[in-house]
Amino acid sequence: MRAETLLNLSLPALLLATALIAHWLDEPYIITLATRAAILALAAVGLNLALGLGGLVSLGHAAFFGIGGYAMGILAFHAQTFTPLWGLIEGTKSMPVIWLVAVVAAALAALVIGALSLRTSGVYFIMITLAFGQMLFYFAISWPTYGGEDGLSIYLRNDFPGVNTLLPLNYFLICFSLLAVVLVLFDRLAKSPFGLALQAARQTPARAEAVGLTPYRLRLVAFVISGAITGLAGALFADLNRFVSPNMLSWHMSGELIILIVLGGLARLSGPVAGAMLFITLEYFLEGLSTYWHVYLGAILLGVVLFARGGLIGLVAGREVAHD
Amino acid sequence: MTEVLLETRAICKRFGALQASKEVSLSLRAGEIHALIGPNGAGKSTLIAQISGALAPDSGSVIFEGRDITRLPTPARAKAGLARTFQISALAMEFTVLQNVVLGTLGARGGVYRFFGNVMRDKALLDRAEDALDQVGLSEFRNFVTAELSHGQRRQLEVAVALSLQPRVFVMDEPMAGLGAEGSHRLTGFLDGLRQRAPILLVEHDMDAVFALADRISVLVYGEVIATGTAAEIRANPEVREAYLGEEDAA
Ligand SMILES: Nc1ncnc2c1ncn2[C@@H]1O[C@H](COP(=O)(O)OP(=O)(O)OP(=O)(O)O)[C@@H](O)[C@H]1O
Ligand SMILES: [Mg+2]
Repeated sequence: MRAETLLNLSLPALLLATALIAHWLDEPYIITLATRAAILALAAVGLNLALGLGGLVSLGHAAFFGIGGYAMGILAFHAQTFTPLWGLIEGTKSMPVIWLVAVVAAALAALVIGALSLRTSGVYFIMITLAFGQMLFYFAISWPTYGGEDGLSIYLRNDFPGVNTLLPLNYFLICFSLLAVVLVLFDRLAKSPFGLALQAARQTPARAEAVGLTPYRLRLVAFVISGAITGLAGALFADLNRFVSPNMLSWHMSGELIILIVLGGLARLSGPVAGAMLFITLEYFLEGLSTYWHVYLGAILLGVVLFARGGLIGLVAGREVAHD
Repeated sequence: MTEVLLETRAICKRFGALQASKEVSLSLRAGEIHALIGPNGAGKSTLIAQISGALAPDSGSVIFEGRDITRLPTPARAKAGLARTFQISALAMEFTVLQNVVLGTLGARGGVYRFFGNVMRDKALLDRAEDALDQVGLSEFRNFVTAELSHGQRRQLEVAVALSLQPRVFVMDEPMAGLGAEGSHRLTGFLDGLRQRAPILLVEHDMDAVFALADRISVLVYGEVIATGTAAEIRANPEVREAYLGEEDAA
């Protein structure tokens, strides 16, 4: 078995084991951290599709994360206050329905944002995605119905048929399962005809066109799928915290997702998982040492960028990307 | 006269003060190799870019199989059967050799928007790709990462990708450059047979290859075609000798 395949299996196994052991030791906080890692990894898998496979440096993915978060917040808010949305739509506490709405809303936003920003490239693309993200951020801040700057609290975690979601381990397992599903989808997509074409459009757009492919369309489709996945993660994240605020839409969040991927390994299947686990672990141990723990994070990031371009996965499994 | 497959009509292109194409009219007939020669900076690659769709001409038109394709974007031209090779290899360096060729077969076949199923296990695509690699003699390197290839091998892969499209017309920009004597000789033999499948518009500096292969030769100088004719006619043309071949002979 190749080293990378082994990592692809053992990293999620490690995350799962952490949560199970924490449950057994009755450490709910650790389970919550593992859940956070799973959700951030999920959001970053979404971004990895655009950034890693497509080469699209989006500094606006917090928009999709936040849209997913607000989809949860708004639906649950209307359910807990018994006030239908626009006097028509009942809110809901059902996770599957919330996820569906989050995914569709994020995908639509990605379609609009992508259609406009993908007409540019390089620094302009980064700036336009950033601008769209900030637009949504300020929109959320100035929207009093859903808490504005203060955000929106949900009293109780939402429901999943047949599962007691209030139990930390159960909610972890839900998030972990979704992560696993999305990882399998990412793997299959990367090896599919679409994946080959998308990666070709990143490496050599002129060639892609010369063999009859349209890079713009490929990138737009990738961007929409990417946004949808990050939107799903946003809904889960808000549910974990039982709280959604404009912070989920801020450009720090977008930057954090990029950092996770670069730490873990760009375009690698397990890059986001490795990055998220490392990020949460560092946060846990360093935050105790100093409130300025981001300085250490910055130093580690610098080290990775300078000396280990393939990120953690690259360090362990070598630089070569799978080609079977 | 045999059928004309590809034609440029009075193409003009300016880069600021520089006239890179000046009323360029060329044709490519079924079964022929039409060589386009000219000194460095004459505007050969610029013309190729306008034929393949990477650049839009300021005026004039490109006709492909009787259809005006001047406004057609590059991917549509490729789908219509126009395959180009790049003077500076434009390969996916992270891909394996085989993946680069499968990309070509995938583009030609269509069905790109499939999100499941391993593209490298698609028998139909693989067979065509392997066949193209075989023709240029790269089969044994199929699993090499493209970045590991020598310059000459990259040139061969350029040609293999074009072959994988199974096009109606080839437009090749200096496929021999940097191949070395033996490589050039091999490719010359190969292109000789290829013209039966699809005609080739061949930009080339290697005069041995050009005179050995070309049914017709056009000479481009400062963006302008100063002569078109058979190898013998071009060799005998005093204007060409002065503008271009004279320098080559001296060199
Ligand atoms: N995008 C561009 N913008 C400005 N000038 C350009 C551009 N592309 C080409 N040129 C100029 O146009 C002229 C023709 O260039 P072109 O690449 O077509 O020459 P060529 O005949 O292919 O030369 P070579 O034999 O060196 O490949 C050159 O002077 C070049 O500098
Ligand atoms: Mg050139």
